[in-house]
Amino acid sequence: MAEFRNSSGGRIDRARPLTFRFNGKRYQGFSGDTLASALLANGVHLVGRSFKYHRPRGIVTAGAEEPNALVQLETGGYFEPNLRATQVELYDGLTASSQNAWPSVDFDIGAINGFFSKLFVAGFYYKTFMHPRSFWMRVYEPIIRRAAAGARAPSEADPDTYDKMHAHCDVLVAGAGPAGLMAALEAAKAGARVIVADEQAEFGGSLLGETSGIDGIPAAQWVEKMRADLAAFPEVRLLPRTTVTGYYDHNYLIMAERKTDHLGRGMGGVRQRLWKVRAKRVVLATGAHERPLVFADNDRPGIMLAGAARAYVNRYGVKPGNTGVVFTNNDSAYEAAIDLAKTGCRIEAIIDVRPQATGAMAQKARAAGLRIICGAAIAGVEGAKRVKAVEIAPLSSDGETVGGPVKRIECDFVAVSGGWTPAVHLLSQSGGKLRFDEAKACFVPNVSVQAETSAGACNGTLFLEGALEEGAKAGRAAVEAVGLMPAQESALPKVETVEAAPIHALWIVPGKKPVGHGKAKHFVDAQNDVTAADIMLASREGYRSVEHLKRYTTTGMGTDQGKTSNVNALAILSRTLSSPIPSVGTTTFRPPYTPVTYGTLAGRDVGELSDVARVTPMHGWHVARGAVFEDVGQWKRPWYYPKDGESLREAVNRECLAVRNGVGILDASTLGKIDIQGPDAAEFLNRVYTNAWSKLGIGRCRYGIMCKEDGMVFDDGVTTRLGENHFLMTTTTGNAAAVLDRLEDYLQTEWPDLKVYLTSVTEHWATASIAGPKARELVGELAPDLDLSNDAFPFMSMKEATVAGLAARIYRISFTGELSYEINVPAYQGMALWEAIFAAGETHGLTPYGTETMHVLRAEKGFIIVGQETDGTVTPFDLGMDWIVSTKKPDFVGKRSFSRPDTARTDRKQLVGLLTEDPEEVLPEGAQITADADGTPPMPMLGHVTSSYWSATLGRSIAMALIADGGNRQDTTVHAPLGVKTLACKVVKPVFFDSEGARLNG
Amino acid sequence: MLLIECPWCGPRDEIEFAYGGEAHIARPADPSKLSDAEWAEFLFFRSNPKGAHRERWVHAAGCRRWFNVERDTVSYRISRVYTGACEPVGEGQ
Amino acid sequence: MADAMMTADAGERAGALSRLFQGGEASTTAGPLTLSEMPVPGQINLRGNPSDAAFAEAVAKVLGCRLPVAANTVEKGGDFSLLWLGPDEWLVLTAPGAEAELSAGLVEALAGQHFAITDVTGNRALFRLSGTPAREVLAKGCSLDLHPSRFATGQCAQTLLARSGIILSQVDDAPSYDILPRRSFAEYTWRWLEDAMAEYR
Ligand SMILES: [Zn+2]
Repeated sequence: MAEFRNSSGGRIDRARPLTFRFNGKRYQGFSGDTLASALLANGVHLVGRSFKYHRPRGIVTAGAEEPNALVQLETGGYFEPNLRATQVELYDGLTASSQNAWPSVDFDIGAINGFFSKLFVAGFYYKTFMHPRSFWMRVYEPIIRRAAAGARAPSEADPDTYDKMHAHCDVLVAGAGPAGLMAALEAAKAGARVIVADEQAEFGGSLLGETSGIDGIPAAQWVEKMRADLAAFPEVRLLPRTTVTGYYDHNYLIMAERKTDHLGRGMGGVRQRLWKVRAKRVVLATGAHERPLVFADNDRPGIMLAGAARAYVNRYGVKPGNTGVVFTNNDSAYEAAIDLAKTGCRIEAIIDVRPQATGAMAQKARAAGLRIICGAAIAGVEGAKRVKAVEIAPLSSDGETVGGPVKRIECDFVAVSGGWTPAVHLLSQSGGKLRFDEAKACFVPNVSVQAETSAGACNGTLFLEGALEEGAKAGRAAVEAVGLMPAQESALPKVETVEAAPIHALWIVPGKKPVGHGKAKHFVDAQNDVTAADIMLASREGYRSVEHLKRYTTTGMGTDQGKTSNVNALAILSRTLSSPIPSVGTTTFRPPYTPVTYGTLAGRDVGELSDVARVTPMHGWHVARGAVFEDVGQWKRPWYYPKDGESLREAVNRECLAVRNGVGILDASTLGKIDIQGPDAAEFLNRVYTNAWSKLGIGRCRYGIMCKEDGMVFDDGVTTRLGENHFLMTTTTGNAAAVLDRLEDYLQTEWPDLKVYLTSVTEHWATASIAGPKARELVGELAPDLDLSNDAFPFMSMKEATVAGLAARIYRISFTGELSYEINVPAYQGMALWEAIFAAGETHGLTPYGTETMHVLRAEKGFIIVGQETDGTVTPFDLGMDWIVSTKKPDFVGKRSFSRPDTARTDRKQLVGLLTEDPEEVLPEGAQITADADGTPPMPMLGHVTSSYWSATLGRSIAMALIADGGNRQDTTVHAPLGVKTLACKVVKPVFFDSEGARLNG
Repeated sequence: MLLIECPWCGPRDEIEFAYGGEAHIARPADPSKLSDAEWAEFLFFRSNPKGAHRERWVHAAGCRRWFNVERDTVSYRISRVYTGACEPVGEGQ
Repeated sequence: MADAMMTADAGERAGALSRLFQGGEASTTAGPLTLSEMPVPGQINLRGNPSDAAFAEAVAKVLGCRLPVAANTVEKGGDFSLLWLGPDEWLVLTAPGAEAELSAGLVEALAGQHFAITDVTGNRALFRLSGTPAREVLAKGCSLDLHPSRFATGQCAQTLLARSGIILSQVDDAPSYDILPRRSFAEYTWRWLEDAMAEYR
């Protein structure tokens, strides 16, 4: 058995020994241990090096508040940094190492920083690393990163599975200590849906380390009974190993559950789960954290909190050392002293800063044979990697100095208590307000903003009887608040109560030299290495608000968020400023309460589930044909179909020429489609589009542009009149949902008198767009009964017909400038249609083309793409599309803005075509355009290139651009400075091919 | 994650909704009658209060209905949800 | 000539997962859970004013069941369901292929009124998830409270499942749920569900 493990006692299973490694060495622990308790059982206190000074550091706490014992677990994909050894449950084969210990915990070279400690005073980031500037990247940052170490990022993908789960309840109880258990049982008895979450492996909280009994049975037995009672309620969900980590608006809470961490890594199943809980009421029963006393060299390994020492010996059967000294300003440490003495530690003395020890607890300690030294303090500590002895000196009556004879006591551990700090983190996250309780020397909840109640130690009720009572009360109040009837009131569990003597707040324990002088350091925040001297210096330098102090000294800004240090820091600031603690303010806690793995936050949003890939009914065909896909919104659209190792440009050239000279086909299923019905449908279109719709004939199509009220282009598309009161609108692929929302907005809120219904049919239709001079030939074969002559089926019209045996709608519209038919069938027949078209198309040389070819072809024709030629600052006039804006309609969305002075300016950025002087040069999209060829930046920019392509049809490059006063720059030369070279371009009309539109009719 | 009570579908997580800015800014019946300044006021100016704010939301992932919410921009507390173009009379509950 | 090749079978309706299952049956199990794609049901979107008695009566007459006016509820007729989608919007799910006749009947019965009947059979896929842990599987991606006291057989909702909008409807107490994602979201939704079911294998 390990040296410091008692042969009996504690909640560990001595029949299940576990082997683990820490910093390369093998040790043994037991099932039920944490990594910290197992290390202590093996006499290992030294677990890391401090952040700035590289001082040796030991385990201080037994829980979530641990500032020092940060470890990293495992290697490779399972590597995980930033874990508190006090919360890591031991499993067989666990491998851990210290996080802040370059090059090793035992090697003292890092402690060289101790010589330079003057450099590391408050605000050292701001002061030390200012100059010279060039040193930042090369020298300072690498040093800081190396020395500060902190967590290393994992370098491999995490093979474990994480997920998320939503939950709803009447009452969420955060913390299953005495108060939480009572609250949960009361809620459960009333029939409420209850969730009880506790961060530890077992329910019970402080009771797990408690030796006294409840209701005549040992506390742990009482806990088990409560747990079993709760588990019997069908509407109660018990979640151990689950930390309530965030409290958000409207009682939305986030919990992190560690499902298999205690078993090891790679266990299969779900490792950690993020719970998203909507609770009607919350009972916060999160307990309290003990805080240390701030005395000289209070950071030496072997010095730990008294409550932690008690927990180790009672819960884990582990002695923190052989010979100890207890140092306190309140009664709670006496219980630790008594329990430690009872379980085999030699307690040399209880040093109490209070002038007398006459209370009940003191009597109890004396009865147990313990020596109490009152009105005294630890004035110095011997030992670097482990405490060897402490120096005890009498305190002056004002507590400001120590004097008189110094007494040296040899010891290998010190158990310290500076009082208790209610864990108000979740309350603070919820927006609740705190007040400072002078008598208890701590912040306690004051004002609730959300539907929550604090109960027990987190409410400042630091004695068991009170916690049980408050818990029960909170549980009953919670169910009442959600409209349930509380169960009949039952008697509270009976506990032994010892009346506590008041705490004596002593925020800085004086040392042999004044604070900040000499070698000794009074640590406040052990994780970020902030001393009392740092805080005092900061306040002398003018930092008066705690929020500024925090950032300047970094106190409380570590991963522990200063759970053990905030109140001490605040009190020292208030003392230095001579203003009361409440007026200095308190810090706001933010989620998460303890760090949460990225894996948990990502959940299943990884790999192919990380985002939706929307696919059309013909997607499988595109994949089989080797298409390269482009993301358009969430859609996967074929970008191009490379043949035999073709490059993008080669493939697009081939596809473009196929459409211009033969026939091509595009999957156009992704376009947004809105079915519009009602007697006011045409009037509605009149109001939302810039052009007029009343006279559009049935079966005819029209292109429209939709603006926002500010006159800027919002969307475009072709709308077809299917019946007198029936239209089908198409929208751009990426904008479909936004257009529908906007149209509904107008219908529902501005024009509720219009009788119009909108229905999205985007997904109902699959669309095959056949384009090219041979399109009529191919479609004729597919739809032999349809008269495809220009007279019978003219451009911008729609026919219903049977195509390849399928009932279809065919739209004669064109985005390529070629003769074109868009064949629509319901999605469930999309693939059948597509395959039938290809079966027929083979003899016609039918070529599938992707979005890149579509873009080139439309650019050759000067057709815009919303979102490419427009960016929310472009009007139809800027695009040269005056023809689409009705001058006759009295009003439509955006009309009034066209006469606003800025919108009506004639020198706005306007759409032009650009032809590079060197036809082989293709401008990069986004390139800036200037008037002058030479010039040194900054020089005035005229605008930018919106679209730019190689046109195989024209054998040269083409581009479109938005440039200032573009309309008046026709035939002038502008320039595109690209850094390495500047390209001269001629401004032309943005139509490069078939400007008369002769090809539309085939 | 706010919990917003859709007047039609009931309480849903904020993620199902889209925000529509300040409520009760009606589109002028005849914009052509407005001066440039008045039109600019309609287009660009919003009250942006600290405290009670009446705002528009649409249940985008649900019934697609637009409605109004009175929400405190400091505490995010929602004091009421209502439909219609008119401001309700009286204070929130 | 290749007439046969050029003519598709108009009666055949491809499921939204035909790419994943190569035309085979789209179904998977995990322990007590079963997930299947159901044959593409006929889908009719219905818009109208439920407080207009003429509208409600005409619909009831054609469908043989009450128009559900209570939010998030489903009414059942012969071989179809009528799902409440909003205060003036419903979705009729019919046996595959029955939608044309039913649409025509509705249009005829509603003649002269302000309404919209739209065939949206291609809009959504229909999955059915069944088995004791189904509620938990859905809770991984759906923020609705699916507790039986809140969402029971005969109720439906338009909501989100992970990153996909869906119509969700509980069809029995197994519990079984009908999940209707938009067709282009079907592959994602299926994969997501399959993944969420994995822990119950
Ligand atoms: Zn809704």
